This record gives sequence, C-alpha cells and structure tokens, in this order.
Amino acid sequence: MEDMYREIILDHAKNPRHAGILESADIECEEHNPLCGDRLHLTMRVDENDRITDVAWDGDGCAISQAAASMLGEEIIGKTLDEVRHIDKERILEMIGIPLSMNRVKCALLSLKVLKIGAYGLAEWRKSEDEEEDI
Amino acid sequence: MSTTHRAFPYDIDRARADFPILNQEHHPGTPLIYLDNAASSQKPLSVIETLDDYYRRYNANVHRGIHKLSEEATVAYEAARVKVRKFINAGSKREVIFTRGTTESINLVANSWGRANLKPGDVVLSTVMEHHSNIVPWQLLAAEKGFTLRYVPILSDGTLDMDTLRHELATQPVKFVTILHMSNVLGTVNPVAEIARLAHEYGALILVDGAQSVPHMPVDVQAIDADFLAFSGHKMVGPTGVGILYGKRDLLEAMPPWMSGGDMISRVTLEGSTWNDLPYKFEAGTPSIAQAIGLGAAVDYLTQLGMEQVQAHEHILTEYMLERLAEVPGVTLYGPQYSIDRGAVATFRFADIHPHDLAQLLDAEGIAVRAGHHCAMPLHDYLGVGATARASVYLYNTPVEIDALIEGLYKAKKVFAG
Repeated sequence: MEDMYREIILDHAKNPRHAGILESADIECEEHNPLCGDRLHLTMRVDENDRITDVAWDGDGCAISQAAASMLGEEIIGKTLDEVRHIDKERILEMIGIPLSMNRVKCALLSLKVLKIGAYGLAEWRKSEDEEEDI
Repeated sequence: MSTTHRAFPYDIDRARADFPILNQEHHPGTPLIYLDNAASSQKPLSVIETLDDYYRRYNANVHRGIHKLSEEATVAYEAARVKVRKFINAGSKREVIFTRGTTESINLVANSWGRANLKPGDVVLSTVMEHHSNIVPWQLLAAEKGFTLRYVPILSDGTLDMDTLRHELATQPVKFVTILHMSNVLGTVNPVAEIARLAHEYGALILVDGAQSVPHMPVDVQAIDADFLAFSGHKMVGPTGVGILYGKRDLLEAMPPWMSGGDMISRVTLEGSTWNDLPYKFEAGTPSIAQAIGLGAAVDYLTQLGMEQVQAHEHILTEYMLERLAEVPGVTLYGPQYSIDRGAVATFRFADIHPHDLAQLLDAEGIAVRAGHHCAMPLHDYLGVGATARASVYLYNTPVEIDALIEGLYKAKKVFAG
C-alpha cells in the first residue's frame, strides 16, 4: 500500500508543479471525475509553432489525479502539440509508476483527458480512449 | 409417426444437464416439459453460480468504491459489457447500455431520441405484429408530441408486407422505423437488414426489437446496420432484471439523458449538471450488477454452444413441431409455414377448446405453454382471434417433448369430448 503513495507521488500531490491559472491562455479546459470528486482546470500557452511554452493546473482531488497532472505538465512543456498528441494512457501509468486498480486509473487519466480535449477536441480524446477498449 | 430426425448439432442431453430446473418432476411422476421459452428461458448452472458468487464473495456497488470489493464488482460488470459487445458485434463497448430489459431499452429511445427529435408532421413507422412494448411507448409519445404512428400490415402467410413498407417510406415523412426482428407470436423473422437499408435510403433511423431474435440466432448489429437494438437477458439463459440497448455512438452522444440521478453525471451543482460519458450517461442509479454479470455468463454459455448451432437445433425442432401440430385434426396454426426460415414458436388454436383451458390441461401433463394474446393484442385483432396457445422451444428442448405436447392435445380433446 505504501507503494501507492510512494514518495514522488506524494511530493507532486503536495507540491503540484505549475499550479494556478494562466492569464491570456491559448488553450483552456476543465474536466471532472465524479468518482473521487476530482476537478482539473488546464490553461496553456503555445507559441507560433504550436510549441507549449507554459502550462498551469488549477484543481483539487485525490493525490493520484493531482500528481499525474503535475507530472504531465512537466512532461509537455517545450514540446509541440503534435509531439504531445501521442502521449497515451500507458505513458501516464508509466509516469505514475505503480499498479492502479480500474477505478483509480480514471483518476490518473483525468489530466490526459483535459489535455487532449483542450488541445485537440473531444473527438481526439475518444479516439485515444477507444484504443484501450475491451479491457 | 416418424421419430427419426435430422442430426441435431450438439448433444441435447448434455445441454439439458446444464439446466438444473429441467431435472425435476412438474407434478409427482410427471417430468417438466418447458415450452414457454419465448416468455422466459431457463438458466444454466453457470449463470446461477455466477449470481451466487457475486452475492457471496464480492457484492458491492460499481464505479464508486476504491475498496477491493467495489473494484472487483466494477471489473466484472464492465467485463460483462465487453462480452455483450462481442456477442452482437458492436463497434465499441460504449454503445452497449445496460437496462432492465427490452421494454426499458425501447422506452429509453422513445423518451430520449424520440422526445428530442419527433414533432407534428413526422411519422414513426411500425408493424401490426409488434409486442406491446414496441407500441405503447410510441403511442404515449405521439399523444404528447403530435407525430403520427403508422403500422405496416402482414400478408396472409404471416410475413411482413414489404411492398407496403416500401410504399410508406416512399410516400410518408417517416423519421423513425421501429420493428421487431422475430415475432413472438407468428415466428416471422423480418428482413431487418433490408428494412434498415430502405429506412436509411429514405433518411429514417431504425430500432430493431431483438427480444426474440438475439437469444435464438446470430445477430450482428453492424451487418444489420441497426441504429438501435433492444433485447433482454432473461430470454437468453440470463437473469431477469437486465437487458441491453445497443445504439450507434454518434446517436447516443447526441441524445439527452432519460433517467437521471447518480452515476450518469460528470458534475452536479444546484444550478445544473453535466453528463457522464457513454454508456454511463444512460445508466442512472445503481444498475442490476449481479444480473449484468450473470448476463455475461449467459453470453459465455451461448457462445460456447455457438449461436449457429442453437439456431440449427431450433430449426430442426420447430420444423418437427409444426409438422406434428399440422397433423392433429382441429389445430389451426398461425404464422409462416415451416418451409420458411422462422423462429422457434408455434402459435395455434385447437378445436373449440379455449387456449386457457388447453394450457391448464397441458399443465396437468407437465407441459408449460403460454395462452392468451402474448402481449400482442393488435396482432390478434388483426388475425381475428381472441386468444391463442403458444409452444416455444429453445436449445434444450427435444423431439420427445414435442411428442408429449401432441399427446397432451389428444388428451385435452378427450376431456372436452367426454
């Protein structure tokens, strides 16, 4: 059980990187996970080459959802929207680095959902969801 | 009477051994002969044990808990959804919605899609052979929304009048077609793929009532190109209290929720709410968890037997049942002849014995049949009969049981002649 709350996750959850709301953001999106009551609000700036220059997360929820958002933010800064497109569920679970039960996977993936819907729209998110069909 | 039969595709005795209820005496000394499968099927031990296992070992609510029991229940519930998806070849498990049964599935479409899209001037096209569950929801909605409900008649051989159906589509502003796949009275199997093609050609959507077809034959929603398919678990060796609505994803995405409450929301404030993703948007409240998992076990059972095999078994048995019934003086059969590919029901009247009396006399012989209008009063009006008797077979019935039915008819005749 301690594994689930290993140090790096607790660190990100307690001290989330890129916390807050960016003024004049290019991309803004908010989603909720009704299971835990998680809420994540993403604001993001991109330059003229669609490169992500700044990211901010505002929200509240369980350690898993908040830590995943914090880690994802660090991962995507400096990358282009095209490079970020192929970040998938597996990559998020790899960053979390601990086995998650079915219900908790939703917590971990909330930030990816917000990013995908914000950056590419709902259709793109659904496409990536379909890849993990038939569990 | 010939007692040789074409080769059945699987060992019936072995299949029967899977159903504990069949291994009992209906009355002391009289074995049970269950011929009321169109009303509800019996359950194999694997389904019964699945329900038992859930309640004994991991009973908990789904989608809410972090604890181990809830996690296990959620995984089993969602695994059942995937089994159903494969069984009907839906493109995505998000297109598979758990309901209480066919009736609720049809009500969902009427109240969600229908309420949002139907207006005065529109026509919903159905048929005279529908079950009440595919008539009444549309009548209620028509009274509220002011659209017109029209019904395609049947021909004298019990098949659908396809010429009239084409004519209706060509000349009426039909927005929605709602039609059963297999009649629970006539046994007629409607050409739903062809009807879907026609409906789409004229810009209408189609709902297929698969309550009697999905349990008895392979049904592929993509091959049919149905926009919606409704069916029940309890008629396909699964538990009561669970059914399925399949819907094409684009349509479901655009549809508003019907029932509302827990589990179907994304976020609720006192001012308003946003909806959860598919399929949960349409699964408000705690679902029939044990039953859904049990339906998964039923799908496993049918898949293992093979739906082609089930269909072949029933075809041989239905042909035999119709042949034998036709030989009995005084029997009037309804529905297509056995030479036509048809479902596993035989609906009939016998001499001047009322079907209720007949069913009672047959019950005394251990034989369970249905008597009445089978939730299809408009069809009985159309046929000009008040009530009928119906024998319906399934994967575990045998020719010997059909012989017993015939003997039962002769005994009934003696009682009434005496």
